[in-house]
Amino acid sequence: MSLRILKNGVLDAIQDAGRYGYQHLGVNPGGAMDPVAMRIANALVGNDPATAVIEMHFPAAEIEFEEPVLIALAGADFSASINGEPVPILHPVLVSKGAILRFGKKQTGARIYLSVQGGFIADEWLDSYATNSKVKAGGFKGRALLKRDQLLCKNKRVPIISHPNNGYKILPWRAKITDLYVEKIIRFIPGNEFAFLKDLSKQQLTTTYFSITQESDRMGYRLAGNDLFMTAKKEMISTATSRGTIQLLPSGQLIILMADHQTTGGYPRVGHVISADIPSLAQLPAGEKICFEQVAINTAENILLEQEKTLQQIQNACSFRLSHY
Amino acid sequence: MAPVPYHIYPCGDHAITIELGVEIAVSINQKVIALFHYLTKNPLEGVKDIIPAYTTLTLVYDTSLLKKKYPEISVYERMSLRLQQIVEQVTTEVASASVTVKIPVCYDLSLAPDIASLAEIHQLTTAEIIQLHTGKTYRVYMIGFLPGFAYMGPVDKKIITPRRSEPRKWVPAGSIGIAGEQTGIYPFDSPGGWQLIGRTPVRIFDPGKREPCFLQPGNQVEFYSIPIAEFAKLQNT
Repeated sequence: MSLRILKNGVLDAIQDAGRYGYQHLGVNPGGAMDPVAMRIANALVGNDPATAVIEMHFPAAEIEFEEPVLIALAGADFSASINGEPVPILHPVLVSKGAILRFGKKQTGARIYLSVQGGFIADEWLDSYATNSKVKAGGFKGRALLKRDQLLCKNKRVPIISHPNNGYKILPWRAKITDLYVEKIIRFIPGNEFAFLKDLSKQQLTTTYFSITQESDRMGYRLAGNDLFMTAKKEMISTATSRGTIQLLPSGQLIILMADHQTTGGYPRVGHVISADIPSLAQLPAGEKICFEQVAINTAENILLEQEKTLQQIQNACSFRLSHY
Repeated sequence: MAPVPYHIYPCGDHAITIELGVEIAVSINQKVIALFHYLTKNPLEGVKDIIPAYTTLTLVYDTSLLKKKYPEISVYERMSLRLQQIVEQVTTEVASASVTVKIPVCYDLSLAPDIASLAEIHQLTTAEIIQLHTGKTYRVYMIGFLPGFAYMGPVDKKIITPRRSEPRKWVPAGSIGIAGEQTGIYPFDSPGGWQLIGRTPVRIFDPGKREPCFLQPGNQVEFYSIPIAEFAKLQNT
């Protein structure tokens, strides 16, 4: 089984759950920006949660399937169509040989994930298939997908269901994801330098809006809002950062570190976005406004556990439906 | 080892940091690296990454996995308690075990765009700068910024130089720089603000190798000067 890129999109690349165990060498974890959408896309086709998928941005690639395969889309909604007819996200879809997947208009979200049953055959680098474009390793030749690239899939069983003439069949169940995302209110726990923020800045952090600027990418989201100030200029010694760390830049503006963040940094850390809200943040495009809500670390852990349970239920339900179809 | 004063804090809801000091000092970093080696050999359940820095060690962990397994207690609290127990047990007998790595550097003006201005600032000749830079053994305090970028130091007081006021948009891989009392090697072509005084032909980060990184945190590093002809020869091998 294979698929071919007919037209490349913007930074469409193979990602998985990330590359852990090498941050002491400066190698960042990378992986899917929206790990929840990656897991949903995998669950819908019966894959293990961390199987490699294609992460796409808008405008996304045009893709031809060269053999029949079960696929799913999750995350953003870019008005997907197969052979010119609209197909929904969050459903498993059987596609025939020669079916062409295209995307039309950006409806919601910023990143869409394509899974294929069995997963892609990709380059493994340091225990992960995630594309690291800095090092040029992992995924597909360590780079974003380009026109004419052919990706092989590990698909073992060819779908046996007969297809309608239009080249695809939408399976009649849908992953319910409403409890997995929040809208615009992003929760955080205070960072080690939070205490050094001026009182007014602390107040503004949680009561005013911050816009996601155009200078936002897989490394980090630069925000625009009120200038925030520290009570004293604190000389920082470089130390580790993590996904979701909210740094205060010397300009007074904030940056939230995302999947391709540097492993260490020297800016004050005013907070850390909770893990459960990273997927929601990853789906907010430039121009959107967010506000921050402070929570305790214990709360953050409990929210993540709830999210994990919901994902597990979806995974179980999908594999049950697939095995009985 | 005498009890170490330390401070433990969350670095997000999936990472915890222990700070063993508040200044850049070999003695503090030795404790960090000792703890790093201990935790690498005796891994804690659910820990995915261990990141040493100048004065801190950060553990990145799988919050969902640990919370599912031990729902009755905060994962952070549990990690914090484990770290406290460990830091009070671990001894720092690492200095003797640390590895010394020798790195060839070509300080030729064509590969060292800032060496002349450094000489001027510090009232030294370029030969003296080379002598001072090659005359010391440096410690790899930490690796960060880019894959394989080693933060080393301290350089001789006579050549301590702040970063360039305008960072360069492009610094070639292998460039040796100085920033404050630190010295480092760019593993990749990248933007950068360090003062460039030479270049090494050694591939500092090679993704094709199982051990891709030429240097490890805690290594000792010595630079030695090579002529440009040898640089060209080594770069092609």
